[in-house]
Amino acid sequence: MAQIWHSLTAPWRAIPDRQRQILTLAFLILLLLTFPLVDKAFDRGGVVNDVTDVLVLVILALGLNIVVGYAGLLDLGYAAFFAIGAYTTGILTWPPHHLELNFWIVIWAAVIVAAFFGIIIGTPTLRLRGDYLAIVTLAFGEIVPVVIRNLGSVTIGVGSWQLLSDFNLTNGVQGLNPVGRPGLWGFKFSFDPTPWYYLILIIAALVILANVRLQNSRLGRAWMALREDETAADCMGVDPIRTKLLAFAIGASFSGFAGAFYAAKLQAIFPELFKFNLSVMILCMVILGGMGNIKGVVIGGMLIQLFDRVVLTQTTILARSVGEALHISALATIDLSLWRWFFFGLTMVVIMVLRPEGLFPSAVRRAELHAAEEEAPRAAEKG
Amino acid sequence: MALLEARRIRKQFGGLAALSDLDLNIEKGMIASLIGPNGAGKTTFFNMVSGIYKPTSGQILLEGKEIGGLRPNRVTALGLGRTFQNIRLFSNMTALENVLVGMNCRLKSSWYGALLRTRSVMQEEAKARERAQELLAYVGLGDDKGETFAKNLPYGLQRRLEIARALATHPKLMLLDEPTAGMNPQETVGAMALIKRVRDELDITILLIEHDMKVVMGISDCITVLDYGAKIAEGTPGQVRANPKVIEAYLGKGVAAQIRRTKQKVAAETGSQEDGTI
Repeated sequence: MAQIWHSLTAPWRAIPDRQRQILTLAFLILLLLTFPLVDKAFDRGGVVNDVTDVLVLVILALGLNIVVGYAGLLDLGYAAFFAIGAYTTGILTWPPHHLELNFWIVIWAAVIVAAFFGIIIGTPTLRLRGDYLAIVTLAFGEIVPVVIRNLGSVTIGVGSWQLLSDFNLTNGVQGLNPVGRPGLWGFKFSFDPTPWYYLILIIAALVILANVRLQNSRLGRAWMALREDETAADCMGVDPIRTKLLAFAIGASFSGFAGAFYAAKLQAIFPELFKFNLSVMILCMVILGGMGNIKGVVIGGMLIQLFDRVVLTQTTILARSVGEALHISALATIDLSLWRWFFFGLTMVVIMVLRPEGLFPSAVRRAELHAAEEEAPRAAEKG
Repeated sequence: MALLEARRIRKQFGGLAALSDLDLNIEKGMIASLIGPNGAGKTTFFNMVSGIYKPTSGQILLEGKEIGGLRPNRVTALGLGRTFQNIRLFSNMTALENVLVGMNCRLKSSWYGALLRTRSVMQEEAKARERAQELLAYVGLGDDKGETFAKNLPYGLQRRLEIARALATHPKLMLLDEPTAGMNPQETVGAMALIKRVRDELDITILLIEHDMKVVMGISDCITVLDYGAKIAEGTPGQVRANPKVIEAYLGKGVAAQIRRTKQKVAAETGSQEDGTI
């Protein structure tokens, strides 16, 4: 079997590495660009909508990858920045506020506000490491939805002087609806998922590019050095405070993009959307694929979403039909999608035990692991 | 003016004075050693100079500038590089990346420069990589060893990589904390040669902590001996070797007295004027 595969792929492997990479990339881009047309032909665009939502989460995973994967700061409340991005968009475009700013301006505002809050949460945690940091970020993730829920009525004043009285900033539990949609040269984004798909594709491409460029830069190396050994990095001239704050700010700004897009597409945002569950799901995506590795994070994110949206629903249907055929009432009424968190938890445990480097560790690391395996017997012979 | 000047520095950990009122001067161009029994305060001194600990009192001056209490990265920027007793490389980064991190404070590209990849950023990056390769080759990590993960390098090369990383910070003074610990005799000779070359060719002053007396006596211009957080002797290798206080600190009072007696006896028998050297 392996041999047949080997001979079949021989011509492909004969192409020089560089050209093969370009070909793969070109093929991938073509696939992504033509995907909505293909989907429309078969399925009336249903999958495009799902893929768009998946890409939002992939962007979030890439943002978290900066904080957790590169800089090694375990952030359990990342969804808070997503919420801040979404609510910035909502507040600036919700009709009752009479602002209704242009989406293309608002998306940048969302990025800046999210980055600002990244620094706000980053500052008190600078001295914390590992689990202590995780607890503080966890708390921040809990605080943000609660604050948003309570900003439905804001009163600011001293004594009889009142700056704001019962001002409705976030519309509380009901949330903001509608949120302003983007338009481009007279074209309005609406219920057709295809334009949204292309927009998120562009944002995702930019975010991936930013990830790649940061990874191989002075800043990216400083992040990794901090992750490996903070004291040693400090002694080598890396300023830990500045470097950590940049990780929080840049990581958060990516979720600002995702939040703005998500709010505009969904048209309605409310605090319940940004609970702890979401932070955990994003973290799962990063860990499953392989922390610090862009390709791994993207594929990991897609796998989790595929599992959540396709595998669980399809197995539910299958299990039900089996249950009906065999007259097992427990199986006939099962809903596996209620078990999703069980499966996520299970996946995390299995990955951490069996493959802590993630499913797709970077090529460098894989090569290194192989080198170590080859070295081991030689060292044993010597010893 | 001495390159490094410590004036009556003191470090108190609760009731314990790890260092008490130490005065120490390191002249430019020297290879100086700091020796003393375990717990004498040698590494505490290094940690205070490099900014990891803040001195309880006293002053530390590098080229006349006060550095006591500054954050480590600030001290590094002012021209102080160091290595660690128990190797602290960035193990999941390649050797080349380790050296590039050392250059961090000498590079200028910002986060937006990294995102936009402007021409100046790319040029700086290319130059930095070239320089890092040179440094790796200088310490004996040439060829393609730069692409190896730090954790996969053999022990002796990890020690050398730490020196390359410290050199990358462009130091005026380099602190080496037990640079030959755990090395076999052959590796030790190589490390000594490297340290000498760094001083002679790169004009970097060196202060090292070392337990291997062959190394200390072999390369130091000046030795300072600490015991219980205080300086008990200072001078050239010959002077320190002859100092009875040093023998006492290392071998205990009894042995020191015995050596003294033996020497006196030998001197009396031969009738020569012995200077007390072991």
